[in-house]
Parts: sequence; structure tokens; C-alpha cells
Amino acid sequence: MDILVCLKQVPDTEADIRPTSDMTAIDYTGVKFIVNVYDEYAVEEALRVREKVGGKVTIVSLGPDRAVEAIRTALAMGADEAVHLNDPALLDGDAYTTARALAKAIEGMSYDLIFCGKQAIDDDLAQVGSILGELLGLQTVTGIMKFELVDDGKKARVHRQVEGGMDVLEVPLPAIFTATKGLNEPRYPSLPGIMKAKKKPLKTVSLGDLGLSEEEVGAKGALTKVVRYSLPPMRQAGTIIEGETPEEKASKLAKALREEVKVI
Amino acid sequence: MAGVWVYAEVKDGAVKKVAYEILGAAKKMAEQKGEPLCAVMIGKDVEGLAPGLGAYGAEKVYVIQGDSFARYTTGAFTKALCDLVKQEQPSILLFGASINGKDLSARASGRLGVGLATDCTEIGLDEAGNLKVKRPMFAGKVYAEVVFSDRKPQMASVRPNVLGLPEADESRKAEVVKVDVQVGPDDIGLEVVDFVEVGGGKIDLTEAEIIVSGGRGMKGAENFKILEELAEVLGGVVGASRAAVDAGWRPQSDQVGQSGKVVSPNLYIACGISGAIQHLAGMGTSKVIVAINKDPEAPIFKKADYGVVDDLFKVVPALTEEVRKLKAQS
Ligand SMILES: Cc1cc2nc3c(=O)[nH]c(=O)nc-3n(C[C@H](O)[C@H](O)[C@H](O)COP(=O)(O)OP(=O)(O)OC[C@H]3O[C@@H](n4cnc5c(N)ncnc54)[C@H](O)[C@@H]3O)c2cc1C
Ligand SMILES: Nc1ncnc2c1ncn2[C@@H]1O[C@H](COP(=O)(O)O)[C@@H](O)[C@H]1O
Repeated sequence: MDILVCLKQVPDTEADIRPTSDMTAIDYTGVKFIVNVYDEYAVEEALRVREKVGGKVTIVSLGPDRAVEAIRTALAMGADEAVHLNDPALLDGDAYTTARALAKAIEGMSYDLIFCGKQAIDDDLAQVGSILGELLGLQTVTGIMKFELVDDGKKARVHRQVEGGMDVLEVPLPAIFTATKGLNEPRYPSLPGIMKAKKKPLKTVSLGDLGLSEEEVGAKGALTKVVRYSLPPMRQAGTIIEGETPEEKASKLAKALREEVKVI
Repeated sequence: MAGVWVYAEVKDGAVKKVAYEILGAAKKMAEQKGEPLCAVMIGKDVEGLAPGLGAYGAEKVYVIQGDSFARYTTGAFTKALCDLVKQEQPSILLFGASINGKDLSARASGRLGVGLATDCTEIGLDEAGNLKVKRPMFAGKVYAEVVFSDRKPQMASVRPNVLGLPEADESRKAEVVKVDVQVGPDDIGLEVVDFVEVGGGKIDLTEAEIIVSGGRGMKGAENFKILEELAEVLGGVVGASRAAVDAGWRPQSDQVGQSGKVVSPNLYIACGISGAIQHLAGMGTSKVIVAINKDPEAPIFKKADYGVVDDLFKVVPALTEEVRKLKAQS
């Protein structure tokens, strides 16, 4: 089974994220980058499917030169090959232009199954998997917590997290699934895995290779644009409720919630 | 043709509150643009709910109903919505950022080839009458002002519980326009075989007005009972930190934070939660934050409006009693 995983490199969850002084971009100096948290679940699930039924796992990632590190991490986890869409014209786009470029790259590849993450934890859009499905003419099931092949691998039976529970769906393949927490516990790259990853095939794809024009991708093609960044209003540390006993503190707290901020 | 449109999601026979919140903000936008404010509803039998949207300013409600819409499927709902949008050409289309609202809006943006901003906390217009929004990025570490290309409709999903509920004028009824859309198995493209309930039908954390959350400091699944009791007297629901979920004490659907749910209740009470950055990412926009933690150095106190430094196993039951007393007085 040919399995593709769309993977994005993003800043570490602990990273301090600040706008540049003119507030029109993000200042990435000193920021550590990681594999998008949800994409780790996607890679893990792809590896598990391959371990069950055989096949090949290919990582597809759009990003600047530094994204190679995230791609290597996925290869070290056990993915077989990778395609890196790396061209300055592809950068600073939105979900639509990213999905368009990924779709073009994927069209020329063989696939039975595609995994994405539910959301990239930098732009927090939760869109690319759905738009990609639309562009490739595939179903996308978002936010899955359980995946299994049924019907001799012709279909997948998945649990999709919704409010109040889980939709159980059967989806003919090929289709796209976006992974959320709860799907699995991603493995760590092993030392031999890291060594092997260095020799695994990693193909770089430019705008020309994709057959798209500059106007269709990246910042130029984007349908949405950030015009200004700002920092959230600082939350001030509030009042520590003093008292002799836990009961006294509880009583003062209840009063404050009722009389001062009127939330109960 | 034009219009400011709101997709009014129906869940369990009721319109989701976030739809009313969006109508409140969208009404001003429609007035500013001189365009009608309309809503769209999709479901098995939702017609009866449509006129009521007039109370929040909707002039017209497009209703798409039938058996194909008994359960949410991306395929059926996207087809229904997009066919109507292509025909009526609204200039702006807004969604609640619920799980299905995000799913539907993303798929629709792909089909329509239009821009979409997810999980916005402010919506409005620029001088030219185009949609302009503000949304958190990087789990709320920065906010971005986003503008859109000319392609219409310009689309955004809006985070629940942020815009506030507008005044309702129950005397106003919306005009109901029934739209016939046929969807077939090819449009749906998958089979819904079952629904597994999790959490016993309690209201979703993303829509709760009061949340009592427990972390590793709860020390075991059974101890969440004291949080359930506090939540009950407050009319709220129980949430959890990742540590509590990963320990198996609570279901994944209870997790608040970067890899769980983003919530913004009126009151968030964190019990035995240290306040890691990934947890704060999920509840930092709560209106009032209370922290109960025995460690005075816990980072959660830096974000809390009220802090109690003490043993939660003593404070929480006492708080439940106090609230019960206060509620009995009024
Ligand atoms: C990629 C990534 C994503 C993550 N996503 C999330 C997420 O979505 N949500 C999330 O919550 N975390 C998330 N985390 C984990 C996060 O970093 C923390 O590990 C987690 O939030 C800690 O949970 P906690 O506060 O319950 O536990 P701890 O940090 O162990 O804190 C327990 C607290 O309980 C207090 N305590 C103990 N006993 C008592 C008592 N008797 N009375 C009062 N107080 C007591 C202690 O003083 C302590 O402050 C994520 C981490 C990563 C790397
Ligand atoms: N630049 C990218 N390269 C590869 N995959 C991506 C990229 N951006 C987003 N994705 C995929 O789409 C998912 C959702 O991203 P987003 O819509 O940006 O939140 C991610 O979890 C990835 O699986």
C-alpha cells in the first residue's frame, strides 16, 4: 500500500513567538523547530498500516530549507522516502496555496491512502487536509482517533471525534484522514533509524517541477493575508485569596466570584 | 447579488449558540454594507428553528432539509451549502468554529476557491467593506489581522463564547426560504455506520460557560467526583489537563489545551494543574480564571484572576458547599 503523509515543520510548542518590530511578520530568530505535533500521529499511523499490510510511506512537505530536519525526523521514525517542495515562491502562502502545491505534487505520485495532521500548530488553520481532498477529488475525514483497514484494504473504518462522541465511518480508499491526539502514541526515532534516515531518498521539488505559476502559489496566490500581528493582552496575575483555613479561603473565593466578577 | 451570511449549525434539535453570537456581529456588518443578513440551516428537519433566527437579526433563512442531512457528513453538507452559495453569491459567509463548522468551512473554501480564516475572535469590515478578522495563531501566542482577496464569499469561522450573545428581539421572525438540494451517495462518498457517545451527553467544553478542570494533582480518576460535584452546583462541566487524560483518568474529549480543546468560558477553575504553556494555550481566553494549587510557585497563578494556595482536596469540597449556600440564598 502506498501511503503519503503531509508533514509540516513548525516552531516548538515551548518556543517564544514574537512579531518583528514592524509587526508584519514573525521573528523566528532563535526558535527551535519540530515536526508538527498532529503530523507525528499521522506518520505513526502510516507506519503502523505499512507494518500490517506492507508498502511504502512517503513524506510530502512544503517548507524552506530548514524543513529538511523535520523530514529527516519522519524518515528516522521509519518512513521510506520524502518529497520536499522547496521554492521561495511557495512560501508565505495560505492553506489554499499550500494545498494547491501539495495536490500538484501528489497528482504525479502513486497513493492509496493519505494522512495529514488535524491542524498545523503554527497557523492553527485546520484547513489543508480538507482543501487537498477537494483538489484531489478525495474524501477527507478530519480529526480521527481510530483507524483500521477493512474489506481487504479497500476501505478504512475510522472514529472521527465530534462533540459528544465519535462518528464511526467507513470510507472507500483512496481517501485523506487528518490525525488528532488519541489516534496513537508516536514512536521516537531510534539511533539506527537516525543513521538510516540519512541515506533514504529525499527528492526536492521546485515551482517549475510542479507546473504551477508564481501567481498561483505562496504569498502571491494566497486568498488570505496577515496584515498585522499583535501580542495578546497580558493577563495580570490576580489576587491570592488569603485565609486561616481552606474553608475560609473557599468562602472568600465564592463571594468574590459572586460579587466582584459576577460569574456564578 | 450579495448578503452577509451565517451558517447556523443545528445540533440535537437546537441552533448552536455560537450562531447567535455571530449574527450579533454580522448584523452590524450587513448594515454597514447595506446588504441583507441571512442564515443557512441544514439538517433533517430544521425548518421549525428557522424563523427564530429573526430575533437575532436574520432577515432570511435558507433551509435545506431532508433525510440525507440527518447526520453531518462533509460531502452532503458541502454540496448543499456550496450549490446554494454559487447560486445566491453572498459576499461574506461566517461559521461557528465547532468541529463540524471547521470541517465544513474548510471543505467549502476548497470547493469555492475562496479564502477562509479559522477560529476568529474578532470579525468586522475594512473601509472598502471587505471582511477583516482577528485570529489567534501559535496557540494564542500572537494574534493576526487577516484580510481577504476579492474572491467572494470571504469566509471565517468564529470561536464560540467570544463575541457575546446579542439582545434577542423575539417579536422579529425571519423569512424562511426552502431550498431543494438533492445529494446522492457519490456526494457523500462514505458510510456513517455508528455513533459512539462519550461523556454521557454533557455539553461540549467549547460551549460551556463554566469549566472545572483537574490535573495530575487530582491523583486518580475516582477523585474527579469532587470536581463533578462542584461543576454541578455551578452549572458547569468538568475538563482536564493532558496529564490527567494521558493517565487514563478522563476521556480525550475532556482535554483542554494545545493538543486538546480551546475553550473560553466565563469561569475556568483549574484544580491541581500547574499551568504549562500548552495548557494555557487552551484556556487563556477564559474571562475569569481561578487556580487552586498547593504550590505557590505554580505558573498557573501568573494567569489566574483568583488563586487559592492550598490542598485542593480541602478547598474544592468547601467551595462546593459555599456555592450551594450562596445559590440557596438567591
Ligand atoms: C506537544 C505538546 C502538547 C501538549 N498539549 C497539552 C494540552 O493540550 N493540554 C495540557 O494540559 N497539557 C498539554 N501538554 C502537556 C503539558 O506540557 C504539561 O505536561 C501538562 O499540562 C501538565 O499537566 P498538569 O498541570 O495536570 O500536571 P503537573 O504539571 O504535574 O501539575 C500538577 C499540579 O498539581 C498540584 N497539586 C498536586 N497535588 C495537589 C493538591 N493536593 N492540591 C492542590 N494542588 C496539587 C501541583 O502543585 C502541580 O502544580 C502538551 C505537551 C506537549 C509537549
Ligand atoms: N507546508 C506543509 N507541508 C506539508 N503538509 C502541510 C503543510 N501545511 C499543512 N500541511 C498538512 O495539513 C495539516 C493541517 O494544516 P493547517 O491547515 O495549516 O492547519 C498539517 O497537519 C499537515 O498535515
